[in-house]
Formats: sequence, structure tokens, C-alpha cells
Amino acid sequence: MIRDTGMARHVIRRLLSLLPTLFMLITVAFFLMRAAPGGPFDSEKLLPPEIEANLEAKYHMDESLLQQYFRYLSQIAVLDFGPSIQYKDWTVNELIGQAMPVSLTIGLSAMVLAFLFGTLFGITAALRQNTRTDYILMGVGMLGISIPNFVIAPILILLLAVYAGWLPAGGWDWSIASMVLPVVTLSLPVTAYIARLTRGSMIEVMHSNFIRSARAKGLPESVVIRRHALRPALAPVISFLGPATAGMISGSVIIERIFSIPGLGSYFVQGALNRDYSLVMGIVIFYGVLIIVLNFLVDLIYAWLNPRVRYDDKN
Amino acid sequence: MTIKTDNPAVDPFAAAMGVVDIKGRSPWEDAWHRLLKNRAAVYSAFIMVVMLLLVIFGPMLISWESDFTDWDNTSSPPSFSTGHWFGTDAVGRDILVRTLEGGRISLMVGLVATIVSLVIGVSYGAIAGYFGGAADRIMMRIVDIIYALPFMFFVIMLMVVFGRNILLIFAAIGAINWLDMARIVRGQTLSLKNTEFVEAARACGVSDWDIIRRHITPNLLGVVIVYVTLTIPQVILAESFLSFLGLGVQEPMSSWGALVSDGAQDMESAPWTLIVPSVFLTVTLYCFNYIGDGLRDALDPKDRV
Repeated sequence: MIRDTGMARHVIRRLLSLLPTLFMLITVAFFLMRAAPGGPFDSEKLLPPEIEANLEAKYHMDESLLQQYFRYLSQIAVLDFGPSIQYKDWTVNELIGQAMPVSLTIGLSAMVLAFLFGTLFGITAALRQNTRTDYILMGVGMLGISIPNFVIAPILILLLAVYAGWLPAGGWDWSIASMVLPVVTLSLPVTAYIARLTRGSMIEVMHSNFIRSARAKGLPESVVIRRHALRPALAPVISFLGPATAGMISGSVIIERIFSIPGLGSYFVQGALNRDYSLVMGIVIFYGVLIIVLNFLVDLIYAWLNPRVRYDDKN
Repeated sequence: MTIKTDNPAVDPFAAAMGVVDIKGRSPWEDAWHRLLKNRAAVYSAFIMVVMLLLVIFGPMLISWESDFTDWDNTSSPPSFSTGHWFGTDAVGRDILVRTLEGGRISLMVGLVATIVSLVIGVSYGAIAGYFGGAADRIMMRIVDIIYALPFMFFVIMLMVVFGRNILLIFAAIGAINWLDMARIVRGQTLSLKNTEFVEAARACGVSDWDIIRRHITPNLLGVVIVYVTLTIPQVILAESFLSFLGLGVQEPMSSWGALVSDGAQDMESAPWTLIVPSVFLTVTLYCFNYIGDGLRDALDPKDRV
């Protein structure tokens, strides 16, 4: 019973703390984009002033900045990101709705892959600490952290697509073959990081007193690892999943560009270069909310895994 | 007279006063010995020194100019006979010179942006930790909020909005990386501010600012060094990321990220234009990560068991 109220309090506190973050996200995105010199209607062809005025009136750009800001806030409150400026017949909602499944598929598969292989390699290295297996795994892991996405992606394309011809070099048709390279590339650095993290915490856990007691009881080593060591050892990995998502999302901007995938990242870069205010802000806010919500979930899982967090709240 | 010095900050004083130390090793010496035992870190440091020398002096020693276009040898593979040891790009520019000069920019961004994040992070964290209470709570709340924002996106927006200016790159990348530093410094300051030597300083009437400046900050050096070495590769990576997207440094300036991006476009016909800058970039990041790791193992008191 005490345990439950602790958890409930924790959930409520964390939920309330999301609001200022959300507000800040929207505000910064809005004013940053409006601070841009030049607007969306600047083009080589000079528009007659009355047409430009009409256009500005249509997108409410003739109002004061503050009016526009509050208009935007009230729009967002009902989840309406407005029309896209660059893609004339589309609303931002439609564009995001179209690109989101692609980006989420890549991101989610990469995350699952990274978590599975990362923890697997990390635990293996930890249990064979200071052996050759450990050194090789961690050396490769360090390489995974150090090689940027945009270096590994062209090299993989060159080797597996151009020279070997096993996989397509780019594009997206929802086939497994077209997913392999982007997903693997995106997951590599995160896999490496998770492996290092898992190894560190696993080693620490294996030296703790409760593991010694478990062994002293005569439990077989495999049970000690699975039943006693795994859960505390994975706690830091779980708390890393929040920042990992953020990293993957920015990584996917690069990946989508290299593999010409029509996802949110591609729209973001295109929109930013064309000053498509509503599209860029829509994507930033969408991603921001995604990161914030995932961080929140990760926090909850962490608090569930590690009860000490909940009671620290009270101070 | 013997003065027992457990504290590295006092060692210079003891030395200046001519106090003969009786065979004790300072924590710094201990850390140094631990670091030397870490072979990966030592090799990495050595490679980094070589890399720095190459990047600084290399372009002076090579007879090609980085913007010279050798029309007789466009997209020529690495060879000794043409004089382009690492080949040329599509317009005949020497890849090696371009990579070394790009390295100057990448490393400089790494250094300057890290210093930016260092200054912001250390002062922010030290102030929050030292004053504590409401100031600390508000300041750390702000860090938490900023932490949850998709920062790379804001940097991209900044680049687009204000144009691609190298100073802005320093500031923007520096401004995303101070958060970790601030958190760590704050934690360390919290534990330092209740130590005897800080109390002694306070009892002597030293002002808060001078305590932060003279007593707290020097004792943060260990953690700060570790995080600086770990921040540099992150910053270099962030710059390359922007340059790869075409949002970083502009022609005729170049950086490793921009070169990798160029190389990726020609990789089918001229793979060396991709591979050479990629190798330089990766080796640098690899070494910095190992040095940072080694320093952390050496300086982090948590692992001294």
C-alpha cells in the first residue's frame, strides 16, 4: 500500500513537470523560426505587394508576433499544426501522418535491435571480464561509438549494395531488404553504447553483497545471473533509453537523407531550408513531445525497477 | 615541521614553503600512474599527438595547395607517381591536404566549442551547487527542461535562421553540451562545500565568489578534465553532422564532416575521397574516447576500490 502511493505521487509529480518543458519547446521553436531573416514567400520572382499581403493575411503573418504566437498555441491545443507553406495542398498534419510510420518503423526496429544486442554483448563481456572476448567486444564497441552514422552508412552502401549488390542502396518500399541497411546503421552506435553501459553495471552488480549471498545459498550461476543480477544491472540501460531515443531521432535525419527515405527527417531538413515555418515547427514539436513522453515512460520504468528513486522525491 | 597534504590544492603551497614531502603520493600522482597503466589510453594519446602535429604542420609540408585544382589528375586514385598520395577529388584537389586542413577546422571547433560548454557548465554548476536551496532547485529545473528538448533540431534551425557562420557553430554546439558538465559540477560542488577547507575559508571571511573561484573550482579539476576529453569528440561529431547535412562550415573552408559528405557523393567512382577523411575522423574520435575513458578510470574516485 505504501509502495503504491509512492508510485502514484511519483507519476503525478513527473506529469506536472512535463508542462514547462512542453511550453518551452513550443515557445523556443516558434520564436526561433520567426527570427529568421527572409520569409517563406521570398523567391526569385518578386510578388506584387498586394498579392504578398494577401498571402501573408492567409497565413496570418500580418498580425503582430504575439498575436501569431497565441494563435499558434490555441491551434496546437487542438493538435492542428496548420497548412504547410511549401507543399501547397498539404496540411502539416497530413505530411507528418504520412512520414511518421516510416520514421517510427526505422526508429523502433533500430531501438529493439540495439537493446537486444547491446545487453547481450554487454553481459557477455561482463561475465568474461578481462578475457580476450571482453577486450574484443569492448574494442568493437568503442569503434561503434566512434564511427559516425554518416561514415558507416556510405561505407556499408559501398560494400553491400554497390560492390556485392545484395541490398538496395537506398529508397523505401516497406520491404525487409530496403530496411536492413538504414536500421542497422542507425542502431550501431546505440548498440555499442548500451553494450558498454551494461558491461559496467553488470560488473558492479556481480560484485555486490546480495549476489554473494545468492551464491552462498548454493544457487547455480545461471540462476544468480537471471534472477538476481539482471534486473539491477539493466536499470542504467533503461534510463539511457530516453537520451538514446533523442540521439536516434537526430541520427535518423542523416540516415533518411543518405538512404533517400521519405521520413520526418527528410521533411525537416527540406522544410528548414525552404523556411516552411509550420512544417518545421510541427516536426520539432512532434519529435519534442515524443522524446518528452518517452523520457517520462522511461522514468516510470526506472522508478519501478529502483524503488529508491520514488522515496528520494520527498526531499 | 611536517605538513601532511591530502589535498592536491595544498601541494603547491607546501612545495613553495620548502616543506619536504616525506614519500607520499598525491592523488594526482596516483591518477597519473593509473593512467600510464592503461595502454589503450596511452597509445591513443600518442596517436592524438601525431594527429595534431600532422594537422598543424602537414599542410605546410605538402606542396599542393588545398584549393589547387590539378586538371590533369581529376579523381585520380592514390599514387606516388602523380604526387597525390591519397588521390584527388572530382576537380583534382589533393585529398590529403584537404583532409589535413579540414582537420584543423574540426579540431578547432572541437576545442573552442568545448571551452564554451566548459565555461558555461562549470560556472552554472558551481553556482547552483554552492548556493543550494531555491537557486539550485530553479537552476537545475531549467537544466532538466533544456535536457528534454530535441537539441540537434534547434541547432539546425539556428544554422538555417542565422546563416552558416563559424562563430555561431562554436556557440551553438557549445551551448548544447554544457548540460552534462553543469550537472556533474553541481554534484561535486555539493559535496565540496561542506569540507573543512571551505569552512575554514568562510571562517576567514573569504567572500562566496572567491570561495567558488579559489577553492571550489580547482578541486573540480579532475571531473572536469574527464568530461572535457569526452566532450571534445561529441562536439567534433556534432560539427561533422551539421557539415554533412550541408549546414556546417562553408566552402572554401572545409571540415571532416563536409569532406565525408563530398566523398559519399563520389564514392562509386572514387572511394578514396570517402575513405581518407572518414579514417581521420574516426581515428580521432576513437582516440579521444579512449583517452577520456582512461582518464575517468584514473581520476574517478568511485572506481578506486
